[in-house]
Order: sequence, then structure tokens, then C-alpha cells
Amino acid sequence: MSQNLPALLVVVPMLLAPIAALLNRSGPAWVVAAGGSWFAFGAAVQLLRRVMTEGVIVYSLGGWAAPIGIEYRIDMVSAFVTVIVTSIAAVGVIYARVSVADEISEDRHALFYAAFLLNVCGLLGIAITGDVFNVFVFLEISSLSAYSMIALGHDRRALTAAFQYLIMGSVGATFIVIGIGLLFVMTGTLGMMDLAQRIPEVWASGEGDRTIAVAFTFLTVGVTLKLALFPLHLWLPNAYTYAPSAVTGYMAATSTKVMVYLLMRFFFTVFGEQFSFDRMQLDMVLMPLALVAILAMSLVAIYQTNVKRLLAFSSVAQIGYMVLGISLGSVLGVAAGIIHLFNHALMKGALFMAMGCVMYRIGSVRIEDMKGLGKAMPWTMAAFVGAGLSMIGVPLTVGFISKWYLVQAALAQGSWFVAAIVMVGSLMALIYIWKVIEVAYFERREDEDEIQEAPLSLLVPTWALVAASFWFGIDAGTTSQVAISAAETLLGVMP
Amino acid sequence: MLGSMPPFVLFFIGAIVVAVTKGTIRKGVVLAVPLIGLVNLFMTAGAEVGAPSAIGESVERVYLTLELLGYTLQPYRVDKLSLLFGYLFHIAAFLGFIYALHLGDGTPDGSVASDVGEDDVIGDSTATLQHVSAMLYAGSALGAVFAGDFITLFVFWELLAITSVFLIWARSSDKAYATGFRYLIIHVVSGVLLLSGALMLAHQTGSIEFGHVAGELHGDEGGGLAAAGLPALLLLIAFGIKAGFPLAHNWITEAYPESTPTGTVFLSAFTTKVAVYALARSFGGLDELIWIGTAMTFFPIFFAVLENDLRRVLGYSMINQIGFMVAGIGIGTAMAVNGAVAHAFADVIFKGLLFMSMGAVLTMTGRSKGTDLGGLYKTMPLTATLCIVGAGAISAFPMFSAFVTKSMIMVAAIEEHHYIVWLFMLFASAGVLEHAGIKIPFFAFFAHDSGIRTKEPPKNMLVAMTVGAVLCVLIGVFPGTFYTLLPFEMDYHPYDTRHVLTQLQLLCFGALGFIMLIKTGVYPDEKRAVHIDAEVLYRKLGPWIVTTVGGTVGRIDAYVRSAVMELVHSVLGALDRLHGEVGPLARSWPSGSMVLWVALLLASCLLFYLF
Repeated sequence: MSQNLPALLVVVPMLLAPIAALLNRSGPAWVVAAGGSWFAFGAAVQLLRRVMTEGVIVYSLGGWAAPIGIEYRIDMVSAFVTVIVTSIAAVGVIYARVSVADEISEDRHALFYAAFLLNVCGLLGIAITGDVFNVFVFLEISSLSAYSMIALGHDRRALTAAFQYLIMGSVGATFIVIGIGLLFVMTGTLGMMDLAQRIPEVWASGEGDRTIAVAFTFLTVGVTLKLALFPLHLWLPNAYTYAPSAVTGYMAATSTKVMVYLLMRFFFTVFGEQFSFDRMQLDMVLMPLALVAILAMSLVAIYQTNVKRLLAFSSVAQIGYMVLGISLGSVLGVAAGIIHLFNHALMKGALFMAMGCVMYRIGSVRIEDMKGLGKAMPWTMAAFVGAGLSMIGVPLTVGFISKWYLVQAALAQGSWFVAAIVMVGSLMALIYIWKVIEVAYFERREDEDEIQEAPLSLLVPTWALVAASFWFGIDAGTTSQVAISAAETLLGVMP
Repeated sequence: MLGSMPPFVLFFIGAIVVAVTKGTIRKGVVLAVPLIGLVNLFMTAGAEVGAPSAIGESVERVYLTLELLGYTLQPYRVDKLSLLFGYLFHIAAFLGFIYALHLGDGTPDGSVASDVGEDDVIGDSTATLQHVSAMLYAGSALGAVFAGDFITLFVFWELLAITSVFLIWARSSDKAYATGFRYLIIHVVSGVLLLSGALMLAHQTGSIEFGHVAGELHGDEGGGLAAAGLPALLLLIAFGIKAGFPLAHNWITEAYPESTPTGTVFLSAFTTKVAVYALARSFGGLDELIWIGTAMTFFPIFFAVLENDLRRVLGYSMINQIGFMVAGIGIGTAMAVNGAVAHAFADVIFKGLLFMSMGAVLTMTGRSKGTDLGGLYKTMPLTATLCIVGAGAISAFPMFSAFVTKSMIMVAAIEEHHYIVWLFMLFASAGVLEHAGIKIPFFAFFAHDSGIRTKEPPKNMLVAMTVGAVLCVLIGVFPGTFYTLLPFEMDYHPYDTRHVLTQLQLLCFGALGFIMLIKTGVYPDEKRAVHIDAEVLYRKLGPWIVTTVGGTVGRIDAYVRSAVMELVHSVLGALDRLHGEVGPLARSWPSGSMVLWVALLLASCLLFYLF
């Protein structure tokens, strides 16, 4: 059992998905989804512990060794990402029970939970596979399930949003598969480790270096499209705004994170840091886009009147922080990006879930409808404030830890300018979070007494994330240790 | 346990207890916390008192260290400088809580302010909020004072802002809300500057110790601010905002009159004094501070003399007093810095006393404007007497506290040959007498009879004021005992003939000037004179300054302001067009355009990589 854990991590959610669909009833389907998510969470934690003590786990599917067969390769980075995905999925599935019942019609619940499990399966598969074509397969699994989950949103605009996401996602996936195909043509292999060895050889031989460069370009654009880096983020705001609340909370915390992971995997493991940064000067492409993302998208967030949309734009800005860390190309910078993966998952998950609570009670998340909610729904709004503090980067929250490492990484390279933009970004976060707080706490509404606090089944998962965002803000030792050793693994620096 | 517990812990626990208790128990708790804290601090100090030479200026004890992100934090560091402020803040918190004890008991008996309405002048309806935030606020001030490193300082620096703003909002009027929000922004900016400065400093020196900054960076030859570099400048601005440096002082005069009567007492005690403490620790001997301080003693006098709201007058007076402290820190000799911190100590008590007396007036009458008040000595004789004691103390009458503290700074200025500074300070001292020493009690309690008939404020207010007044006199009469608490060794005796004579002359002629102006101003029309003597004096002095200085400054200010606002508006407009809800960056795009962007990025990447 424990020997086959890497395979089970992916296979169990995958097999449970059709079971959930076949059960075709809301309750049992939820039980199956919850069981699958919590199993995956347990397995992921177990794997992370094993990686921390024993090092990289290599698992050959069907016993076929790497160049011929497909192998799962779990190192520090993959293990950490699987823990992020599964922890959010485990909390999110608890939250989904009531939220989904409220927002999605009864006959589609089982399908929703099936799609949810498939999405978990796809994201986990991307994180642990060691084969680039396998990456594409899992990418499609996770994307298709995501489109269908978004389309279940009760606002009719959810359909257009899902459709646009489908087009853009497919373009991205196509680019990725073109990149992979070109690499395969040049090297004759699909294994990541194999590619890492062959690409420099092919490049050095001088034949086909253009093809490799083109492959690199397609992968850059494809992956940045999937992770919604400015200006390829255009599909994201609508998708997040109109998706069911439970989906938004879960997806905002997981799917773009896995894509950031994929970015690191391609550029640091497959192509190698030297090739990506020294020869292709990836930082020249990523850093300006990341900086613009932080500033422009935070500004746009300030002007939004729908809080889910506001948070969606804030997500694009936050992705900017992660990509910024990666584009610094140093251990500290990459570690900052990885820490922010986890930290942002916690805080943005909590913020979206708090908005789900609001949606559940008042049926709207427009700012002007949130008057007086500080009194009417004190726990929900307190959760929003708690996670909001993290977003701003107040000390003792995870947001502070992220910014601290990011600023340190920037300063270590003498980039005062970058550090300053990170600071400005925090101030802008203060403004857009405050906009919501101001209306909720300082304005009154007449029907204050009629609105009830959200049910516990929504509040407990939300607060679990808020509490985690404080816990890991105060005790940052574990996460930063994991992130730094993950960054060292990626950059090939042995501690 | 007592004796090594960080003082802020006690206050934070106290705040939780206050939040969940009511009535008599709560009253007991709010009074007990500062007293237990004081015992705790005495036991901390007692450890050193046993060995007399243990606490020196350089001897410090660190009780607690934490590791965070590779830096060592020292949340509880004690030396003689922090200990003095520690005692001070405990005393201030104790007085403040006695003064605020009646909150929650309903509007005091005999109060004329019945038409309270939306604007809860007294803040009675927000009693719990005020007690809890005052407790947290006092705890944050103590945390900042005992912080041994900049990170800890930053945390408490921001907590100071966040906890104190509720004391302003407690007034629950729209104006108080707006004021509080501006106050919060200013202080959060100060915190951000502090953190940036500290990080840059840590980067350059590798240490986050909260110590002498100017010296760290350019050695001890005193090369001024220019040599200290950007980190020191950021820290100085951060401290300066909280200390009310010129142009950053407006939050003081804006926020203090807007808070509740009891809230202002707390506000006046902590924030600015924490800043003075930080300046004394990090920037002692920085030449620029002498001139900044002198300017601060000087310019508020004119505003204070013209201002009608008596609590705002006290706000200006606060800046003026801090000016003396800042200048003392800038001079930087042992006596000057001793003088600065001693004056901070005395100022918290006498300024607290004055704010308390004006708060008592506001509580009982609902008014605080000079023109609305007057003649209250008939119904509030005790308050009037105590206010006069405070006025005597701030004006530095012999036998009162400021006489023995401010003089140290003045003497140090002479000893260091800063004659011009000394002259300015002398002028400012006379100004203190005019606007705080005479104006406050005169317009509130004497002058024309406003016809208000009220009662003495609640007993707890009187007790708090009496204790404050006794302290003012005790410090003034027994300076020797007080001096032993000061951080540096020195030999100074305030009561020599020359000093007493100089001060008495200054005060006599200052008072004479006031009387002359009153008399000459009253002379033309006796009947109306009684009514408007508030204005007569200032119509003669006031326009003179307003038209010449104020007018020019105002015009330049208006011009610069409108130019800047125009720029801001045009930038905001552009941002709005680009980022607003329907701006190109925010609106939903058709799928085709999205794909166009993808193609564009792909093409440019290809070009970039291939060529």
C-alpha cells in the first residue's frame, strides 16, 4: 500500500469520480468526494514526510523504467504542491456540501462532485508525473473538469465565462502540446529527466537549436496563459466571478498554483536554470509582466464593485508576486515564489469562501449590498478581515512571510525598484480590502436583524483557512524550510 | 512570574478581561492592571537596585529573545531610559483609567449636554470599546518602549495606531470617523516608513537592534543626517510623523479635539512620547533635531493664541512642548537628553491634567470653545483650581514640574553655545504662558460669564486630576528624587538664584503683557468688551500675524495644493479610464481579442528568443 502510494494518490480520485457520477444522488456523491479528497490529503502529507526524510521518490508505472515507461517523480516541490492542492480540496469539499446545495440544482450535484474529483486527480497528476506528455494528459483532465464546474454557476454569464475559459485553456494546452511535440522531435524522449539530459546535447550540436527555442517559446506562452499571467489573464476574472462559490474558492487556491509549479518544472528541471535564464533570458520576459501584473491588476481590483471580481483581479496581481519570485532566478527568489504559492492558497481560499458565506445569506457579493454585514454576519466578516490582513501583509500573517522573503530576495540582488513595487502592491491591497471592510462595518442597513450568520458548515472550513493563515504566519519555520529546500532542488543547488 | 513579565502582556490580558466583565469588577480590573504592572516593573528594576551600579546608561538587560526569519527579536529589553518611560506610561494609564472610570454609568449628573444625539460627546455609549482599546493602546506603548529591536518596535508602532484610532471613533460622529481615518492613514504610513528604514538598515549593518542609528552608520563624529544615509532618514521621518514634526503635526491638532473627553487623555499621553523615546534612543545628538525642535517650540504658539477650541489649543501646546524635547535630544549632551526625557515625563502629567480639566468641562457642558465658555469657576471651583495647577506647571512656575525639567534643556543649550536656539526657546516659554498658562484657565473658568450653570464633574475625574496635580507639585518640589530616575549621570540643581529670578521675571512680564492687552483692548467699549474679550486680544495680535505671515503662506499653500491636486486628478482620471470598471484593463473581452493577445505575446517571445 505505502509503496504504491504515489499511484494511489492519483488513481483513487480518478476511480471515485465515475462512482460519484453513477450514484447520481447528492448525499452519497458528496461522501465519495469527501472520502477521496481526504484520502488524497492524507496520502500527500505522508508523501511529503517521506520526501523530507528519504529524498526523491521515483515510482515506475507498471514496473516499466523511465525512458520506456512512465514514471512518477516526487521531489520536494511536487510533494509540497500536492499538499497545497489536497489540503484545499479537503477543506473545500466540506465547504461545498452546503454551498453547492444552495447554488446548483439538485440533479447536477453528483456530476459536480465527479468533476471535482477529476479536477483533483488532474492537478495531482500534473504535480507528480515525471513525463511531459503525461503532464498534457492530466492538464486536459483538470481543465475539462474545471470548465464544467464553472459552467454550473447559477448566473447565466457563467456559461460564457466557461466557454471563454475553454477556448483560452485549449489554446494554452495546444501550445503546450506543440512545445512538447517539438521537444520530442528533437530529442526522441518524453521523460523529464531524460529531456534535461538531451536538450543541452542537442543544443550543443548546433542542429535544431532553433526548434528548441521555438519549443521553449510555445511552452512559455502556453503555461503563462494557463497560469493567467498578465496580459494573458483575461479569461480569469469572469471565470472566477461567475463560478459557484465553492468552485471559486477551491480553484483560486489550487489550479493557478499548479500551473506556476508547471512553469518552474519546465524551466528549472526540463530546460535547466542555466538554459532558461542565461541563454533565453526568461527573466527579461517574466519580470516586466509580473511587475505590471502587480501594479495594474491591483489598481483594477481597487475599482471593482463586485467583490468576487475584485478578488479575481487581486489573484492575477498575486500571481504576479509568484512569477516575480521565480523570475529573480535565485534560491531565495524561487523559495519566495513557492512560499507564496502556499500562503496565497490559504488567504485567497479563505477570502473567496467568506464571500461564499455572504452569497449564501444575501445572494449577492456586490460591495453596496454588503452594508452592515459586520454586525449581521460578524464571524463571516471577521474571517474576511483576518484573511484580508494576510493579503495586505500584516506581520504575524502568512502574507507578511511571503512579502518578507520576496523583498529579501529582491534586495539580495540589489533590485530596490522591485522591492518598492512589492511594497506599493501591499498598500494597494490595503485599499481594496479596506473598501469592503468600510462598507461592511461602517454603514448600516435596515434589515440587519433579519440576516443570519452563515451556517457552521461554511464557517468552519473558512475559519480553518484563516486560522492556518495566522498559524503559518507565526510559525513560518516549516513552510520556509520546505520552500527553500524545494527551491534548492529545482535550481540543482545541493544544501 | 512578576518581575520578568513583559509589561505589554499584562495589559493585553487586561484588555481581554475588561472586554468580558462589567460594572464594579471591570472598574477594579482597569485600576488593578496599571498598579500590578507598576509592581512588576519595580521588581524588574529591583533586581538592579540591589546592585547599585548595575543599571547604567549602557547596562541593559534582555529578558526575552525570539527567533524570527533569522533575526533575533528582543521583545523585552530594560535599561534606564526605557524604565523611565515604563514608569511614566504606567502612571499615565493609571490616571487615565481613574479619569475614565465613570464611563458606562450614564451621562453624569448635572451635565448640560442633554442634546447629545448622534454626536456622543461624552462617549458614554462606547464605554467598553474605549476601555478595551485604551488598555491595548497603553500596552502597545509599553511594548514599543521595551522593544529591543526594530521589528518588535514596528509591530507595536502599528498597534499603537490601530488601537488608538478607536478612541477617536468612540465619539461616533461622522467628523470623528473621518478624522480617525486620516489619523490611521498617517500613522500606518509612519509604520511603513519605519519598516522600510529598518529593513534597509538591517541590510546594511546586519543588525536590527533598536539602538543609536545615526552613530551606527557614520561613526560617532556626528556628521549629521546627510552622512547617515537613506535608512536613517526613513526612520527619522517615521519617528518624526509620530512626534509631530513641523508639516507632520496636523494629526495632533486634528485628532485630539475630536476624541472623547476621556480618550484624549490617553491619546495625549502615549503616541507622541513613544516617538520622543524613539528619537532619544536612535537620534541623540543629531544636529538637525535642534532646529526642528526649535521650530516646533516656536510656530504652534501663534496658532494656539488664535485658536478658539481650547482642546485644540492644548494640541498646539503639545507640539510646542515636544519641540523642547526634540531640541534637547538634538543637543545630545547628558544633561540635554536627561532634560528631554524628564520633560516628557512632566509633560505627560501636566498636559494630561490640562486635558483632563478641559475634558471635565466638555463632559459637563458639552462645549470646548473659548467663546462658548467662561465663568465656570462659580460652579466648578475644584476643576478650576486643578486646571490652574496644571497651567502653573506647564508655564514652569518655580515649585512646579516644568521648572525643574525644561530648564535642563535650556541650560544645556547655553552650555553648548546655541545662543539663538536659547533665545527662541525663551520666547517660546513666554508663549507657553500666554496660550496655555493663562488662556486655558482664563477663558474656560473666568472671562465673561457664559451663563452656564453646571456641577463639578464626577468624583473619579476629580480624583484623577488631583493625583495629577499632586505629582506636578511633587516633581517641582523634590527634583532630586526625580533626577535619580534619569538615564544619565549629571550634576544639576534647578533652584539657584539666577534661574528662579530669570523665570519669575519672564513669567511676570509675560503676565503683564497679557493684562496690558486685555486692559487696552477692553477700554473703548466697556459693555461689549466683557462679551468679546476673547476676540479683542486676538483681533489685535491675530490679524497682524494672519494677514502678514498666514496670508502669504496660505496663498503659496493654496497654489501648491491646487497644482498638486490638479496633477493628482489628471493621474487619477487616466488611471480610472484605464483601470476603471469599464476601462480596457478591467472589462470583459471577447474571446477573439484574448487570442489576439496570446498571438501577440507568442510573436514577441519568438522574436526575442530567435534574434
